[in-house]
Amino acid sequence: MKIAIASGKGGTGKTTVAVNLALALENVQLFDCDVEEPNCHLFLDIDLEKVEDVNIPTPVIDKSKCDLCGKCSEFCRFNAIAVLPKEVMVFPALCHGCGGCTLVCPNGAISEEDRSIGIIDKNKGNDGFEFYRGLLDIGEPMASPVIAALKKHIDVDRTAIIDSPPGTACPVITSVGDVDYCVLVTESTPFGFHDLLLAIDVVKTLEIPFGVIINRYDIGDNSVEEYCISQQIPILMKIPHDMKIARLYSEGIPFVVRMPEWKDRFVQLFDTIRHEYEEARS
Amino acid sequence: MKQLTVISGKGGTGKTTIAAAFASLAKDAVIADCDVDAADMHLILQPEILETIDFTGLDVASIDESLCVQCGKCKDACRFDAIRDDITINIYECEGCGVCEYVCPEGAVSMVERKAGDAYLSKTRFGPMAHARLGIGEEASGKLVSFVRNNARTLAEKHDKDMIIIDGPPGTGCSVIASITGVDMVMVVTEPSVSGIHDLERVLGVAGHFNIPAVVCINKYDINEENVLLIEKYCSENGVEVVGKLPYDDTPTKAMLREMTVVEYSDGEFSRRVKEIWENVRRHLHETSGHTLLTMAK
Repeated sequence: MKIAIASGKGGTGKTTVAVNLALALENVQLFDCDVEEPNCHLFLDIDLEKVEDVNIPTPVIDKSKCDLCGKCSEFCRFNAIAVLPKEVMVFPALCHGCGGCTLVCPNGAISEEDRSIGIIDKNKGNDGFEFYRGLLDIGEPMASPVIAALKKHIDVDRTAIIDSPPGTACPVITSVGDVDYCVLVTESTPFGFHDLLLAIDVVKTLEIPFGVIINRYDIGDNSVEEYCISQQIPILMKIPHDMKIARLYSEGIPFVVRMPEWKDRFVQLFDTIRHEYEEARS
Repeated sequence: MKQLTVISGKGGTGKTTIAAAFASLAKDAVIADCDVDAADMHLILQPEILETIDFTGLDVASIDESLCVQCGKCKDACRFDAIRDDITINIYECEGCGVCEYVCPEGAVSMVERKAGDAYLSKTRFGPMAHARLGIGEEASGKLVSFVRNNARTLAEKHDKDMIIIDGPPGTGCSVIASITGVDMVMVVTEPSVSGIHDLERVLGVAGHFNIPAVVCINKYDINEENVLLIEKYCSENGVEVVGKLPYDDTPTKAMLREMTVVEYSDGEFSRRVKEIWENVRRHLHETSGHTLLTMAK
């Protein structure tokens, strides 16, 4: 079963929920899909080792074959190739790797070369808990290819917990697109509520069953809770605003480790999710 | 004209709270909300929308079923898995490259323009505002950010404003890059948690990569003062100034509930410090021709 942890707004507690849930369960895989700013590893006592580079095939021009006809540049919708009077310029950071330029070149002058835009790494050793992380290189714009490469490591026979990036744009769709259930983490403030509504739009559009966790539920107002009740959206868990939790978070310590009563609640959370998922399927 | 972008790497550190407060303190600024896929600034500034402009992102592929012979050449050529087994387009995966259109022997595929969001030109109680709403799951967030920034420049020229305050998105990818390229300075809002520090270092790296001067503001500093020292040390070693620290305080939430900026809502400690930070930032902005602030080494 694939469970994504998502939210419209950043900083609501996605990583906290993903890590604590993963640590409360047996035999799970945890995936950090927030490849622009991955944080899960900061809460895990692990060493990381590189698994692979994430590459985009990028054009290389053979000058001896190129007659500067300009067809490649005309075809490229990402402005990644410019044909000048005497040479062809490639802008690798703009290239999406579609391969169109190699197809349209009448002289066979374009080949492709892999360009790394990020890496996938994982925890060393493997005693039941597997952690994979994607990391987009600094200055690289495209997160989605790294997320897609990361998700290829999902083992369908195990429970996969996916920590998604914030927002509602393409990296979020790539992260949550094919999951079985989505947990939306929000906080009880006007910003949290507004962005929860956007996140609900995403999961409804993708037809993914979902429930809500309200973090710091005792700050702000009751609008999130009232809304969920009125729309019959399951509230899966409520986490209080607690300086002890905030402090542990700041130190990189998952609170299930220091506050064992929470471990049972995260186990219960998983049971609720499984129940909700099965109900949604039938 | 001066442009300042507020970014953070990590989400939820207080970018919008602080950018909105800056908007209320700046006398002659245009406000641009560039967190286009989860925009929140309008919840505080309550803009009156004067003009809505359709935003068309990248074209997407469309298959004419009456011409398609299901040969599958498009599916084989597509590198983004955007064509399903039954030869229909998954628009959420389509990057708009046009390869399928090129390879189709029947001329059944065409690239069509698609609305990907709305951009707004508005006025607020603090001045003109450019903002937007990206459609769900859209690819072109960087392009929409650039569009909003262009609109902000147009508003600044029209209303004779000499500053643009940009509320940026979290992360380090396309929409962040589009939010910061060509601005005079970025202010990174961080918090003294292990995640805050990790993300600060990465996003300062992005600013350095594009040669943009940066300053740092530490929010919720009293959650972990040992980590504050680590941030200050890191910044000082990299020639980045810490322009101020804000306490963990319920003022932002209370102000937000009343649709007010923190400085409108209260003149307490939190607001006093925000005003000091704004004075620091303003001074730096007017000094920058890039020389007073060091840019992070690559």
